[in-house]
Order: sequence, then structure tokens, then C-alpha cells
Amino acid sequence: MSATPMPATMEDQIAQWRQFLRRRRAIESGDIEELEDHLRNQVTLLSDAGLAGDEAFLVAVKRMGSLDELSREFAREHSERLWKQLVIGEGAAAQASLRSDAFVALGLAVAAALSMKAPALFGHEFDEQATFYPRNASLLILPYLVGYFAWKRGLSVTRTLLLLLPFAVGAVFANIYPFAVPRSYTGTLTALHLPIALWLVVGVSYAAGQWFRGNARMDFVRFSGELFIYYVLLALGGGVFIMFTVLMFNAIGINAETLVAKWLLPCGIAGALLVGSWLVEAKQSVIENMAPVLTRVFTPFFTILLLTFLATMAWTGKPIDVQRNVLIAFDLLLVLVVGLVLYAASARDLHAPPNLFDRLQLLLIVSALLVDVLALAAIAARISDFGFTPNRVAALGENVILLVNLAWSAVVYVRFLSGHGSFAALERWQTAYLPVYSAWAAFVVIAFPPLFSYV
Amino acid sequence: MDLGKDLVAASATPLVLAILAEGESYGYAILKRVAELSGGHLQWTDGMLYPVLHRLERQRLVAAKWGTAENGRRRRYYRITKDGRTQLAAQRRQWQVVDDTLRGIWMKVQPA
Repeated sequence: MSATPMPATMEDQIAQWRQFLRRRRAIESGDIEELEDHLRNQVTLLSDAGLAGDEAFLVAVKRMGSLDELSREFAREHSERLWKQLVIGEGAAAQASLRSDAFVALGLAVAAALSMKAPALFGHEFDEQATFYPRNASLLILPYLVGYFAWKRGLSVTRTLLLLLPFAVGAVFANIYPFAVPRSYTGTLTALHLPIALWLVVGVSYAAGQWFRGNARMDFVRFSGELFIYYVLLALGGGVFIMFTVLMFNAIGINAETLVAKWLLPCGIAGALLVGSWLVEAKQSVIENMAPVLTRVFTPFFTILLLTFLATMAWTGKPIDVQRNVLIAFDLLLVLVVGLVLYAASARDLHAPPNLFDRLQLLLIVSALLVDVLALAAIAARISDFGFTPNRVAALGENVILLVNLAWSAVVYVRFLSGHGSFAALERWQTAYLPVYSAWAAFVVIAFPPLFSYV
Repeated sequence: MDLGKDLVAASATPLVLAILAEGESYGYAILKRVAELSGGHLQWTDGMLYPVLHRLERQRLVAAKWGTAENGRRRRYYRITKDGRTQLAAQRRQWQVVDDTLRGIWMKVQPA
């Protein structure tokens, strides 16, 4: 093909055409580039065959197909891009479904709030020091979320009941063990791990039986990230609301703190999760996703932090001071890095070529791995001094799980950056790994209390 | 002669896979090859090829990477994967069955 530059007017026309494509949400910059390459080839061929410049352009554009049809085809293949902007099937029907959605979500939020209060009938109060609520809160709230998705996705009754089965199992293991009183480490571990194990069940209901199909798992990751942000915002608002409640009743000499502790707090915690989920589902069509934006903002900062930390350690020769909780701190660091990797992947165009941000991600992963290996080495040297408490074993298990995730992510990133693999491999690895977290959490809930004799 | 929409859609996957089995290629060249092979009878709307390619990539039947075209612009090149070849062989057998069946009846039925 001839490499003769196109006339200026032609460049203008192509630029305009590109502009039109750019407005389509389902078509991304990489696709536009690919389509533009095609268009230019076609124009060149037609010009060589004797057509005048603008004629050739018109024919080439026409052959490309109508923009509506094209963007619909792209949308069908890349459903994840419409996560922000649903362009198909907007209208009255969508409006109506949005409203019934709101009613169901609010109804379920009230039901979840009430079931959060139900144990009070049997003498379990939310504000007391008891261990009942931490261990059972997820069992009281999450089934309603599963119910919401079962309703929204039109799951059959059998399937919904199957999805509720894990909650029954969870209820058994959260309550049959004779945990040591007043404080039991394995009891606290159960409280922390049960929600993680059950979140997978929410994911399966979110995906409506399509867990292994296409983009369902990544969509659930996106949903979880947005829900987290909504939940934090709702909690902030709730905090302000509670503050005013207490202040105002104080002004007339009535102490509202009991009302807050016994009613507002538990009901708010439960209701906000349902309302937050509904908001994410309803608003996914209008707003920019926040989790990936935060990821982009903080990835550079955390990379710099880790590199500076490593450099300081190397420079001063200071070893990691192995305190009792150091392992948990490094677990949290790895959770954060995995989160950054996951949410960067969730917003990335799978077909775009490697860019600077990908290199930064790899740097972040590698430096996190280095820091963690240093920490693990320091802990391994002292583990016999500390002994194997349930907390430490759980933290160690989590560290290994996250380390494996990041190590393989680094390998996949290197392959991608060197042009030997596609970014899709990273997404596949991350989504395939999701059940591992829940499986480990379930293991901690079920096996740890007896293993460590309920201390 | 215009081919029906469904027939064009159904033949897209085996055709693209078969063309890529001949060697690495890119969108425009694939379409040109389709036109060449069909003597111009099989006409796709150009843009529609790309969602098909992206679907095949997601299904890991083809692999894609960015390269540079001879005119210096970036271009996406596609090649068939091992899975793609397996899929192609399977599709080939299926089309063979359809073809044999139709052939059997064509002999007996007189065209109108």
C-alpha cells in the first residue's frame, strides 16, 4: 500500500469521523485506532482505483457500517464497557423497573434492619459486650442481599434456596462451638472471616448462575468496589445524622444514646448495605466508577512509599522490628496492593497496549513482594518465640495466599509488558483467584476453633 | 447474489479462523481475503469484523498484539491459537455435515 500522506481535507474528515466514534461508549480508543487503520486502508485502495478523495472517503465510511449498528455490536461483545453507560434499551420500561427496584430494595433494607433487631427478643442486645453480633451480623444481613439479586435476576426458587444454604451452614458453625468466654481469639476470627466466606455467595447470586461466564466475576468485583465506597459515604452521613440526634435531644434534656446504640446503629448498618447495593445497581448507568479512579490516584503514592521504605531499610540497615502484630500489618499492606491491582484491572481496556501505568503497577507489585518477603523472613526467625496462636496462623495463611496472588500477577505483568501475553490473562488470574479468599475464610471459620480448642 | 444475514454470521467464525490459520493477519487484510475467496459474493459490513475478532480473542481462539504497519501507524495483528485450531477443525467437521446433507438433497430436487 502506498504511504503517500492523505490530503489535509481527508485528514479533517477522518478526524471528524473519529470524533463521532469517540462519543460511543462501547467503542474505546484502541478500537477506534483499529477501525481508523481499516478506514485508511480502504480509502487508499479506493483512491488508487480512481475514486476522488471525498468519494473514496464516503464509500469507505459506508462500508464500515452504520455507527449505531457498529456500537451495538461492540456493546454486545464488550458488555463491561456499558457498565457506566447503558445505551441499549433505555426508556419507559427501564424507568418502571427502576422504581420497582427501589421498592424491593427498600423493603429488603427494612427487613434486614428488623432481622438485625430480632435477636434482641431473645436477650441479645446490640450494645452489650456480647460476642453474638460480631459473629452473626453477616448472617442476619447478607441473605437479604442474596434475595435482592435473586429477585432482580429472576432466579428460580430452588436456586435461591440453594444459595441460602451456605448461610445456614455458616449459622451452625458461628454458634455451635463452645468459644471461650469472655474473649475468644477463634471467636473473633470467625466474626472476621465469616463475611468474607459468605461474600462469595453474594457474588454467585449477583452473577445469577453465570459465575464462570464472560465478565460476571469482574462485574462483581466492580460492584463490590462501588458498594464499599457507597457504604463509606452512607456511614459518614449516618454518623452526622446520629450526631444531630444526640445533640438535639440533649438540648431538651433527653439522653438519646440508648436509642442510637440499640436502634439506629444496628438498623443503619443493615439497611445501608441494601440501600448501597441498590444505589450501585441503579446508578451504575450514570456515574463514573470511583474505585478505579482512587486506584489510579493512589497507585503512584504507594509505589513511592514502598520503594522509599526499601531504600531506607537498605541504607540504614535497620531490620523489621518484629512486634506481635507486624504480620497483620503486612497482610493489610498486601490486601491493599491486591486491591490496587484488582481495581486497576477492572477499569482497564483489555485490548489497549502496555502503557506507563502498567509498568508502575508492576513496580508496585514487585516492591510489595520484596517488602513482604523481608517481613516474612524476619517473622520466620522469631516464630518459635511467639508460638502458633490462632491469630498468627490465620495471618500467615492470608499472607501466603496474597503473596501467591501477587507473585503470579507479577509474572503475568512481565509477560504482558514484554509483548508475550495479553492483559486478559491478568484479569483471568485475578477473577479465578476470588474463590480462594472465601475458601480460606471458610476454612478458618470451620476448622480453626476446634484446632485451637476454642481459645 | 446477497447471502442471508444468518448465513453470513454463522460462517464468520470458521472463515476468520481459517484465514488466520494461513498466517498472522489484520482486520483489513482478513476482509480482503474474504472478498477474494468468495469472489466478492460474501460481503460483510466492514466494521462488524472487529467485534467478531474481539470475541474470538476473548474465547482465546485467536491472540492479538499491537504492531506497526508499513505506513508507520499502529496496527492490531491477530494469529490463531492452539484452541483456535481445535475449534476450526470442529467447525470444519460440522460444516462438512451440512454440506454433505445439502448435496444429497440438491441432486434430487430440481431448482425452480
